[in-house]
Amino acid sequence: MEKKATREAYGKALVDIGKNELVVALDADLSGSTKSADFKKVYPNRFFNMGIAESNMVDVAAGMALSGLKPYASSFAVFVTGRAFEPIRQSICYPNLHVVLCGSHSGISVGEDGGSHQAIVDISLMRSLPNMKVIVPADYKETYAAVKASLDMEGPVYIRTSRAKSPVFTNSDNFELGKAQILKEGQDATIIACGMMSYLALEAAELLKKDNINLEVINSASVKPLDEDTVYNSAKKTGRVFTVEEHSIIDGLGSAVCEFLSEHHPVFVHKIGMEDVFGESGTKDDLFCKFGFTKEAVAQRIKDKLNG
Amino acid sequence: MDDFKNLEEISKKIRRNILIMLNKSGSGHSGGSLSIVDILVSLYFGGIMNYNAKNPNWEDRDRLVLSKGHACPALYATLAEAGYFDKELLWTLRKLGSPLQGHPDSKKLPGIEASTGSLGNGIAQAVGIALAAKVLKKKYKVFCIVGDGEMQEGLVYEALMAAGHYKLSNLIIIVDNNGLQIDGQVSDVMNVYPLKEKFEAFNFRVHEISGHVYNNIIDTLTTAKRNVISPTAVIARTVKGMGVSFMANRVEYHGVAPTDEELKKALEELK
Repeated sequence: MEKKATREAYGKALVDIGKNELVVALDADLSGSTKSADFKKVYPNRFFNMGIAESNMVDVAAGMALSGLKPYASSFAVFVTGRAFEPIRQSICYPNLHVVLCGSHSGISVGEDGGSHQAIVDISLMRSLPNMKVIVPADYKETYAAVKASLDMEGPVYIRTSRAKSPVFTNSDNFELGKAQILKEGQDATIIACGMMSYLALEAAELLKKDNINLEVINSASVKPLDEDTVYNSAKKTGRVFTVEEHSIIDGLGSAVCEFLSEHHPVFVHKIGMEDVFGESGTKDDLFCKFGFTKEAVAQRIKDKLNG
Repeated sequence: MDDFKNLEEISKKIRRNILIMLNKSGSGHSGGSLSIVDILVSLYFGGIMNYNAKNPNWEDRDRLVLSKGHACPALYATLAEAGYFDKELLWTLRKLGSPLQGHPDSKKLPGIEASTGSLGNGIAQAVGIALAAKVLKKKYKVFCIVGDGEMQEGLVYEALMAAGHYKLSNLIIIVDNNGLQIDGQVSDVMNVYPLKEKFEAFNFRVHEISGHVYNNIIDTLTTAKRNVISPTAVIARTVKGMGVSFMANRVEYHGVAPTDEELKKALEELK
């Protein structure tokens, strides 16, 4: 299967929506990594390098949105959501401005840079802000579709991309906010995942077939707003839910699912993610092994919980 | 000179309205609102800013961003005087449902260009508005009022760096240099001086003026509007609580509203 990094799709989509002359891109000295440099090559006059100053970049994007432009501001997920949290809150979310933020190099799959650079609370930070939409696409194709769709969304949007290459497996030509896809139907339990964990969830489900466990797998790239109907119907059908995300189990996708289900259809939910710990240096594969993000580890955990 | 007489009358009216609105709301920032009145009057009534109060979103308008958002009572009173909205609205300041929020909300009130209040964010948004003019090939100017205490926020320097880097000659920063902040004198709490050299280091053209002398303010801002080379900083020496003898230079009036008794005395002085 073809493998491509979701950040590559950000660059490509940005160039394509750049046909709209109101689109501007901003970066904080990481344009080669986030891929906003692709936009710079084609539209140098509408690209603004703001230097290593993420807070100012976000406020400048807000000012541009106030002036009628459509700003896309990118940096590593850890910086754009962490360092610039206050401008995001005050200047973008509070006045509900249409600014699209892209956090690349998310999760622990950024690898060797280590725990200081691994964004594992960015979904949590962005999800907590009123008006903010949070999108964690599963693959290159879905990222491309989401970035394109973001041009016509309202208010602030956070799109999370990854450094590492991952399988391109979705058929997401059109991205719809608040819509999840059922990747595989099943009746014994549901796995809800986002980002590159969606493919991992599919692989884990495949493994569990051997144990006669038939899982339903849902890709929920739209973490906020959550596709409540799909989550509700699946939870009702299977009665047991697992969530998998390359993020802390506190306040990420799993929490969003729990918040919804606890009120509307309380069932057993088990969250798989970073368990309130920071990552460390290592290759992506070594880190995924250590922190339990392999198909075998996920399958085993699900099996244990279902049998326990 | 007749013109300035007229401006003085307007400023008295605005100062009176600020004190009445603060008294009615029972909370808010008196001192820092009074210190920027003459700057605002110069901008809106001294022929500096191009605006159309009946068409507040006119795309070629000059913009004012009040980065020291806590001084919004002064801006609200000025906008009402300029005809942006009914003056009766002033008496709803800080009340539930009022478009006159405790700090400026661009979505709620015409004439408010940016939602500010968390210090440092306004000046950086002003940089974005000025940069947008270059993309959109617009000739509008962006004025931004910052507090001297606000100059302690690190974000301010990120914004100044970007303004200098992109040579935003359409950006005019006005520092309300009243020397006081909540906890005391700016130089005691966390010294931000010298300011002039800081702006110059970021490639700004700098003017130092009195923020209460009309010909001084208007001449300087007129010069600043003609600058096509660099952003401009106007460091305006002001008096916190200006216009009310017992509030002038008194840090105690930073974040409190006048009592009924104080209001009566103040209005007497501002007749």
